[in-house]
Amino acid sequence: MLVSGMNAILRTEKLRVEFRSRELRQPAKVALGGLDLEVRAGEVFGFLGPNGAGKTTTMNVLLGFVPPTGGAASLFGIDVRQPIARQRIGYLPELTYYYKFLTAEELLRFYAKIFGLPRAETDRRIDQLLQLVELESARKRPIKSYSKGMQQRVGLAQALINNPDLLILDEPTSGLDPLGRMKVREIIQRLKNEGKTVFFSSHELGEVETVCDRVAIIHQGELKAVGRVSDITGQHANLEKAFLEIIGFPTPATP
Amino acid sequence: MKNIFAVAGVVIKELYRRKDFYVLFIVTILICVVMASVNVFNDEKIVRYLKEICLLLIWVSSLVIAITTTARQIPAERENRTLLPLLAKPLTRTQLIFGKFFGCWFACGLALLCFYIFFSALAASREHAWPVLNYFQAALLHWFTLGVVVAFTLFGSLVFAAPSSNSTICFVLVTAILCVGRYLDAVALSLKEPFRSIIFAVYFVIPHVEIPFEMRNLIVHDWPLISWTFIGLDLLYLLAYTAAFLVAACLVFRRKAVN
Repeated sequence: MLVSGMNAILRTEKLRVEFRSRELRQPAKVALGGLDLEVRAGEVFGFLGPNGAGKTTTMNVLLGFVPPTGGAASLFGIDVRQPIARQRIGYLPELTYYYKFLTAEELLRFYAKIFGLPRAETDRRIDQLLQLVELESARKRPIKSYSKGMQQRVGLAQALINNPDLLILDEPTSGLDPLGRMKVREIIQRLKNEGKTVFFSSHELGEVETVCDRVAIIHQGELKAVGRVSDITGQHANLEKAFLEIIGFPTPATP
Repeated sequence: MKNIFAVAGVVIKELYRRKDFYVLFIVTILICVVMASVNVFNDEKIVRYLKEICLLLIWVSSLVIAITTTARQIPAERENRTLLPLLAKPLTRTQLIFGKFFGCWFACGLALLCFYIFFSALAASREHAWPVLNYFQAALLHWFTLGVVVAFTLFGSLVFAAPSSNSTICFVLVTAILCVGRYLDAVALSLKEPFRSIIFAVYFVIPHVEIPFEMRNLIVHDWPLISWTFIGLDLLYLLAYTAAFLVAACLVFRRKAVN
């Protein structure tokens, strides 16, 4: 199932994560059981699975938040445990409430400082990103006055502040209204057109079908399928039906 | 260092955009100004009481600001999930802890500066004297004591889950150290083993901040300047405790899961 490529910028090999139980004599919970994954440069890669499948755990390992129990994970060929591996990535977590006492501009300036961007470059990027996420008119307003959709878009802007080569998005449209979802989808599409690599998890399978080049489906910590959307959909009517069958959920027969 | 100062900058912005400092500052001003306007018992030296109460209010306010500001830093980052995008950037956990520490400490320093300027103005309005160096010594020791408190509270915020429990524990411990810490050796001598050894151990382990705390009395009673060597040694002593708590906080945070 592993697709080999010389230009893989995200790679996991036999990645295994176990969480020890707090109760005595309880076995460790296996969150990931030997995951092999490769994401190639320039593709939009959808990472699918039901709740508790191991999507966020995989992302947490890739971002260095959780150490792997076994196997390896690398970004741009660098072990994810080294902070330098995160220099060229952007990350948008699910449902984050950014510092409400800051304005969008101040928030982006703060993150730009961490990347060590020069002042002029920071100003240019902030203008560009606030335009991209359509928050120019609200740039001087404190984030506490933003709607959920605006907060998610400011989150996308912070993920792009370092002009990353790889974007990791954890359910970027979660909790958004249809308009908000459309805007986030448009942004992902624009990033794809700019040649960025996007690795994102989502439960919105219609959206995944629209924007993704390839998808992987995991269930109970195991990789169940990986490939082009059209290959995975196969003889099913759509990705949703294929997804349900792959994870072993019985689907009603198509009339 | 740029990462540490970037994180510290956000903490300082938080302090001056929240109401906590302004409320405490205004309450202190109001209490002191009202007290300054009356002369009970026609005592010519009543300004000493005014100075003493003003300095005590400054100590209480500064401890409230230091503990409440610090206690919420890491828990708020976890609760609002801002810790995730932050650590997904090339920022180490140690840099985050140091950034939070310096942010809280500098913020407390700015707050102290405002309080001591007010105190100087209040004292000068009654005594017509500006012992600036004495005030500087008191403020400097006070600020370094807050460094110990901030580092200790930061460590506590990684050990205790809720900011409220951490704040309460820190307040109780700091108040106990300020009020009874210096008498623990005498208490130990009056006890039998093994309590004597336990209390002695506590006496030698806790940071002794009675010198900065008692600087109030030196100012109230117009004592001359303390030797700068002595001040320097006390600052080093306080810095050693600050460093110890920061190292402990870094070690705990490195082992903590952030997901």
